[in-house]
Amino acid sequence: MESTVTSAPPATSPGTQANEPERLTFPRIECRDINVFYGDKQAIFDISLPIPDRSVTALIGPSGCGKSTFLRCLNRMNDTIESCRVEGQIIMDGENINDAAIDPVLLRSRVGMVFQKPNPFPKSIYDNISYGPRIHGLAASREDLDGMVEKSLRRAGLWEEVKDRLTAPANSLSGGQQQRLCIARAIAVQPEVILMDEPCSALDPVATARIEELIDELRKRYCIVIVTHSMQQAARVSQRTAFFHLGILVEMGETDQIFTNPRERRTEDYITGRFG
Amino acid sequence: MSDHIVSAFTDELDKLAADILRMGGIVETMILDASAAVDGNDLDLAREVVARDPEVDQLEAEIERQIVSLIARRQPMAHDLRAVFAALKVVGELERIGDLSKNIAKRTQRLDKIVGPAMRRGIVRMASPVSRQLNMVLDAYATGNAAAAKAVWEGDDDIDQHYNSLFREMLTYMIEDPRTIGAGAHMLFIAKNLERIGDHCTNIAEFVYFQATGDNLLSTERPKTPQIDG
Repeated sequence: MESTVTSAPPATSPGTQANEPERLTFPRIECRDINVFYGDKQAIFDISLPIPDRSVTALIGPSGCGKSTFLRCLNRMNDTIESCRVEGQIIMDGENINDAAIDPVLLRSRVGMVFQKPNPFPKSIYDNISYGPRIHGLAASREDLDGMVEKSLRRAGLWEEVKDRLTAPANSLSGGQQQRLCIARAIAVQPEVILMDEPCSALDPVATARIEELIDELRKRYCIVIVTHSMQQAARVSQRTAFFHLGILVEMGETDQIFTNPRERRTEDYITGRFG
Repeated sequence: MSDHIVSAFTDELDKLAADILRMGGIVETMILDASAAVDGNDLDLAREVVARDPEVDQLEAEIERQIVSLIARRQPMAHDLRAVFAALKVVGELERIGDLSKNIAKRTQRLDKIVGPAMRRGIVRMASPVSRQLNMVLDAYATGNAAAAKAVWEGDDDIDQHYNSLFREMLTYMIEDPRTIGAGAHMLFIAKNLERIGDHCTNIAEFVYFQATGDNLLSTERPKTPQIDG
């Protein structure tokens, strides 16, 4: 089971930058020249961005900068918007996920997503987790499915809190618990990548800290991309940070560097609260 | 750099820098007055310098309090973060310079009539470039000028040479007349204090440079003065 969740980095990796630490040198996803249009309006301009495996990449920038639109490219969520057109290549496991031959439903099982507001199904806790493995045919038996539910809930740090009430409705959980349930649901289908779109903005500081702790745990196994409005959160949870502005990728670098010594004036102005 | 959207944040950083410059001004005067006290055997001035030290310590505590509060409330990033970090380091260096100046002033009382004007004049000759180093590095701090900070950093070599020649001069006096040995030892400490103040100025220069550029001045790049052979 483990081997389907994670894949070893290739022995040699194209696009390796010599001056970067080794852990960041194997892109899980390689985005090349991404342009996104809503009708005639262009939202994203020529963004190329390697996303390293087993680490957290944070996308930051002011509202309307295109960071969420970019995130949604990574599992083709923009397909669901009628007027939206995506150009460019997003290479994952040697395939361009924008290729017509790629089944977006299967893709989304490999690239899970967690949203701003927890959105559990109006079903039991157990059913929320088991739904994905069931429709993707990942479980051979009931015991198998029980194991997957437990494992996913454990990884999401929720098992101890819900193990005695798995049949309770998911919406009886607190906001923070619901968000961890959504993360458990995303990892139940054994994804390679987890996308998070402001996963903590509806949560209180304690629930936020729990999610951040969880993100730190999950990054040992998954490639995580998080959009956040909280710069402090980006600084806390990510290893790489990309700053977007007006649909352009202004700067990307190691989180330490971005927050202590950004190269671009626009990044500096944004993260120090000088954006007029 | 343009102002923060939250103007109180800009005000707080400005106040922090202004307080550090005020503290820097006080310790700069302490260096000059302490060396003038040595030169003129002016014990009243020496006592005045000693009496100024508590004010410096108080300013240090107050600036540190501002810094802790600023970190807690504003969570500074990027240049702001480096500015706050530099302020914290610089304030400690200035406090040490104040202590060393106070120590020079205290030793003035032990020099007595034994130490002649020629020996005393050597201290003034050394104190003048030392206080100029502090003055220049405070200017570099005020303007965020990395090149000026680097110039101060490189200028420390001159101070070290001053110290070496003063050291040899003192030895000569002491060998000539053993009665001067007690006071001469105090003179050596005074010279050493000035040399240490020069080092603190180069430390400040490093923090100013870091604040401005985000890079470190590598200590290996600085020309090293040959060891004292006396």
